[in-house]
Amino acid sequence: MFPNMDHKELPRALQHIMERGRSTTVQAMPRRSFLKLAGTLGLAVGIFPDLAVAQSSEADAAAASLKPTEQPSAFVHIAPNGEVTVTINRLEFGQGVQTALPMILAEELDADWNLVRSQLGTNDIAYVDPLFGMHLTGGSNTIKNSFTQYRELGARVRAMLLAAAATRWNVEASTLRTEAGAVLASDGRKLGYGELAEAAMALPVPQKIALKDPKYFRIIGQPTRRLDAQAKSSGQQSFGIDFKLPGQLTAVVARPPVFGAKIATLDDSAARAVKGVKAVLRVPLDRGAEGVAVVADGYWQASQGRDALKVEWDTSAVEKVDSERQLAHYREMATRPGPRQFDSDMVPLETAPLKLEAEFVFPYLAHAAMEPLNCTVRLADDRAEIWMGSQSAGPDAAAAAAALGLKTEQVVLNVQMSGGGFGRRFSSTSDTVVEACEIAKAARSAGLNAPIRTLWSREDDMRGGYYRPMHLHHARIGFDKKGKVLAWDHSIVGQSILTGTVFEQFMVKNGIDAATTEGMRAPYPLPMRLTVHHPKDNVPVLWWRSVGSTHTAYVMETLLDDIARATDQDPVAYRMQLFGDQHIRHRDALQLAVDKSGYGKTQLSEGRAWGVAVHESFSSVVAYVVEASVADGQPRPGFTAIWPSTL
Amino acid sequence: MISLNINGREHEVDVDPETPILWVLRDTLGMSGTKFGCGAALCGACTVHLDGEAIRSCSTPVSAVESGKITTIEKTTDGTDRVGAAVHAAWVRHDVAQCGYCQSGQIMSATALLASLSPGAQPTAEEIDSAMAGNICRCGTYARIRAAIADAASTLV
Repeated sequence: MFPNMDHKELPRALQHIMERGRSTTVQAMPRRSFLKLAGTLGLAVGIFPDLAVAQSSEADAAAASLKPTEQPSAFVHIAPNGEVTVTINRLEFGQGVQTALPMILAEELDADWNLVRSQLGTNDIAYVDPLFGMHLTGGSNTIKNSFTQYRELGARVRAMLLAAAATRWNVEASTLRTEAGAVLASDGRKLGYGELAEAAMALPVPQKIALKDPKYFRIIGQPTRRLDAQAKSSGQQSFGIDFKLPGQLTAVVARPPVFGAKIATLDDSAARAVKGVKAVLRVPLDRGAEGVAVVADGYWQASQGRDALKVEWDTSAVEKVDSERQLAHYREMATRPGPRQFDSDMVPLETAPLKLEAEFVFPYLAHAAMEPLNCTVRLADDRAEIWMGSQSAGPDAAAAAAALGLKTEQVVLNVQMSGGGFGRRFSSTSDTVVEACEIAKAARSAGLNAPIRTLWSREDDMRGGYYRPMHLHHARIGFDKKGKVLAWDHSIVGQSILTGTVFEQFMVKNGIDAATTEGMRAPYPLPMRLTVHHPKDNVPVLWWRSVGSTHTAYVMETLLDDIARATDQDPVAYRMQLFGDQHIRHRDALQLAVDKSGYGKTQLSEGRAWGVAVHESFSSVVAYVVEASVADGQPRPGFTAIWPSTL
Repeated sequence: MISLNINGREHEVDVDPETPILWVLRDTLGMSGTKFGCGAALCGACTVHLDGEAIRSCSTPVSAVESGKITTIEKTTDGTDRVGAAVHAAWVRHDVAQCGYCQSGQIMSATALLASLSPGAQPTAEEIDSAMAGNICRCGTYARIRAAIADAASTLV
């Protein structure tokens, strides 16, 4: 989803993204005005928590040094009927954080879980990742980075509710306790949170709060049904694609057949004649390309209009990638010397008693989220409102502002529930939102004053980029009869996803993109020489799910199996021996999967075989034991049983 | 004008007869429970019922359904349909959905399967797999989908 990244380095990287869209110095703003503004023209007061927000009103004085990410008002709303609505600082797109974050907050709040609701946030600064300082759903960081944040938010609100009850009853707060959405006095009196909320939220926000001892957790750690289970099982859940404003139109885009190409000639007369088509607009696209947007009453009319366009494209200035030539080029590059990620001492390969050589080719992959990319834009003279499933609302809003000639604080991006994303809902160019803004801007210039939703078809998604890069791995391994590796000479060829982005200076070192090589070698103690080549091809590439591990895990685990097989060793025992006493989590994860599966105990029938793999990605160690059908050494379709374990 | 019977109600819509029923539902009638996934009958996200049978609304022109009765997820899970209610309840009980985008289509395929069985009959694993083969889930919730269908069937006895 997003490469492993040191959170101490990221904020600096993000400054560059933000500066693109930032036109004025960050303004200090009283927290009090926050929610009111957010509902109208919204506010992105600034981008960095360390620069923001000074409190000015007296009531907020006690919370003066709290960061926006620590202010309960942006995260918790308690209705008079006791319903607690938690706003989450991430995109929910299937991973479950819309339930997990409210669980964490509700735990410390002592909320009645049956009354907890949740909603997604905006590009407001309160919703940045508290460690990264940017809006980011990626890199498996949500719970890791926001666990303490949401506990503290819940604890702060609880303290304010206790203080409000103490005032109401004229007793010491220390004599009161909370339970399941209510404050209880020692004499049995009881007030629901809903009855106290208004008074409580007007109180100063306490700076110092005590958190529960985890042994008293009653929500965290309990199997809990997703808050969106009902809505998602009845067609009632609204996704970004479902968002609809009065008078809203739909745009689809004819994109060039080669990335970055421009329009040579355009005949749009037939397209304009399609019933329901409102406008045909030439618009600038990602990578310097040019496209044609067809705006219509609905998607079908717009796509009929697009089909009726007669466009000749000028592809003379852009590289036309050819898959066969590209593969031949990658193979040739893999044999060349180049920058090395690892350069261990190795014996000469020729001297090893046993050798193996292997090549792996991984294709380009589209993210292909179930919900096609979409973005709705409503423009006014001095502001823009955007609705989209965004993994990074701040950078997307900043890019939108830059495209629209607005200040960042004039753009509100309302994060929408998404049908998957896998990294595609955050690109470093913010291509989806920028394109939608260019279309809305062009439509407005053409006199079309309507909110416009730009919608990608499935074909647009497959053909329009971005992709997990194609990779070629080439390995030559020398080992002895006990399976001890003496030399592992390995090359990876693949486009860098971070070169040319703001992350380049932190994540691309000595010409090697860390996102390409993550997952290689570790945790195995192997004498490896890893050479990396990053060809430049005219294909837009992007992080895709677990990023480097999508190819490196397969390569590493397959090659280890090959060595074990060549030396007549059990693949589990071979790995266990390599983990030794050093890598306990890897060992435990594999052992758990082995125990669950019956590996080594159950006798498999003819044509069935076991497979095992262990890999660490984004701080989680995952092991799998699989039972599958095999013919001629290759897996074949049929019932496959999988025993996963994660530590 | 084209006349349509959707969820038991008659609608008159002024659209090109070639317009897929999906876009009449979503754009013309504002019923967004039925999802656009691929536009080519490959993913199943747009599944609705035509006279009780699961069809892909993205690839069925509105002119082809004029004489039939269309049922969408909104009606199937509103509590008035016995099979739909059982499937909906099982989906919630098994916490099937992750991103949830494909689940309207999954539920419509599952409901069509269970409604097609004789009263009290339980679907075999093969029947479930066969009925659900055209519905893709990018989150990989298939194991829970299968379990929820079997569970729903058992509550319909």
